[in-house]
Amino acid sequence: MAKRKTTRMALTGNEAMAFAMKQINPDVVAAYPITPATQIVELFSKYVADGEVDTEFVPVESEHSAMSACVGASAAGARVMTGTASQGLALMHEILYIASALRLPITMCVVNRTLSAPINIHCDHSDTMGSRDAGWIQIYTENVQEAYASTIVGVRTAEKANLPVMVTTDGFVLSHGMESLDVFDDEDVREFLGQRKPLYNVLDVDNPITVGPLDLQDYFFEHKRGQIEAMFEAKKHIYDAHREFAEFFGVELPVFMEPYRLDDAEYAIVVLGSSAGTGKEVVDDLRDEKGMKVGLLRLRIFRPFPYEELQQVLGKVKYLAVMDRADSLNTMGGPVATEIARALYHFSERPIIHSFVYGLGGRDVPPENFYEVIEKMQWIAAGNTPDRMVTYVGVRE
Amino acid sequence: MPAPKERKWDELKGWKELAEISPGAIVPGVPTSPEYLTGDWRVERPIWDEDKCTHCLLCWVFCPEDAIMLNISEDGKVVKMIGIDYDYCKGCGICVRACPPKIHALEMAPEEV
Ligand code: SF4
Ligand code: SF4
Repeated sequence: MAKRKTTRMALTGNEAMAFAMKQINPDVVAAYPITPATQIVELFSKYVADGEVDTEFVPVESEHSAMSACVGASAAGARVMTGTASQGLALMHEILYIASALRLPITMCVVNRTLSAPINIHCDHSDTMGSRDAGWIQIYTENVQEAYASTIVGVRTAEKANLPVMVTTDGFVLSHGMESLDVFDDEDVREFLGQRKPLYNVLDVDNPITVGPLDLQDYFFEHKRGQIEAMFEAKKHIYDAHREFAEFFGVELPVFMEPYRLDDAEYAIVVLGSSAGTGKEVVDDLRDEKGMKVGLLRLRIFRPFPYEELQQVLGKVKYLAVMDRADSLNTMGGPVATEIARALYHFSERPIIHSFVYGLGGRDVPPENFYEVIEKMQWIAAGNTPDRMVTYVGVRE
Repeated sequence: MPAPKERKWDELKGWKELAEISPGAIVPGVPTSPEYLTGDWRVERPIWDEDKCTHCLLCWVFCPEDAIMLNISEDGKVVKMIGIDYDYCKGCGICVRACPPKIHALEMAPEEV
């Protein structure tokens, strides 16, 4: 696996995603700006104006229209990308389901931001967690380097699975945080992605089709079942896309998850996105200074949910803290905790699980949050039973 | 009542076959509307009285399903109404309203069960 040429740059998460989009050179980008994702499409529109890409750029009047235009272009065989956040993603909600059910491999950069009310522009995962049943593959990234690479591998993944993909960064933490990263050459990115091979093409006049017709009691379930199977099959396509990426660029990305010091761990934390970096520091301290058997698992791909892989790495853990940067308002905590509990319940070997919700509305996530989580798990390990299935960390009582 | 037309998708297909021929729930091939017999919807049917009909073709102009059947002479100069295609007539009654009241060559009758 020969390493391709790379160039070191200093970019924010938004700049890195826009730069990846420039290198990908999609056929169509339809987008509407929203904080904190605005820069992605703003910078991309400059690439369009400067003639650095061949993209048809469609500046629409809302996110609902943005995703609708993406659906139309993708159904016509185009490679399509867009970007959004928060309320914008919420406004797309209706069309998200249409994109996935029509099996359209649209790749969308989403900058995670909370949902109103109260109005707030900062990071949590409520927006993409709210779209978790929309049939999109979801990739959560930890840093700017990974956001850049995931945008490229996201396109390959989408087009292999014929399903749409969201690649997310944590709002402001990554989107506006500058990091040094290695970027590939434009030609290499374009060669890696090649041409999209669509499942169908609504503009192919020699093979006319109808897209999006009424589908009632006699056929809807069968069509939906086929879409569900596509998500089962997506796991293989995700592994293949990441292997092909590694073979081509000589750079390996974690696929569904990144286990950190989990071997022989009795306590483990599951977390998504940029907070994992802080969590790893705390794990190092607890292991190296206090001799505790603690590990961390960063879940990178949340859809499809990697239940078998999770059991393999978490099955032997005794106490598992699942940290969600979103609450399901179901009185049980966050969606990741709920799903991990469901996933591990399927197997006989499984840890005791407790849900933690942290960092809502961009609340700072200091190491203390992670120490508190581990202390609570030790308290549970000592034989105590929490009143509730969820604990909130970093909030004033 | 004439036997309904045979439909290509009458035999219900399973999801595995559909995933091959109809990915993303597309419908392959055109035209598809002849496959859909809107005559299934009818609860009342228009009855045509050939003797009263003046072949003004107002019913043909207004029928939303193109269910008024015509015969066009070879030179294209004589066009006559020849009946109603009950495979597609959905029984909306628009043709009955369109037929000039003094002629009254169309009338709605309850559909037989
Ligand atoms: S009842 Fe309606 S559908 Fe039927 S022939 Fe008359 S106008 Fe056409
Ligand atoms: S509108 Fe009445 S008179 Fe005119 S063609 Fe139709 S049935 Fe005949």
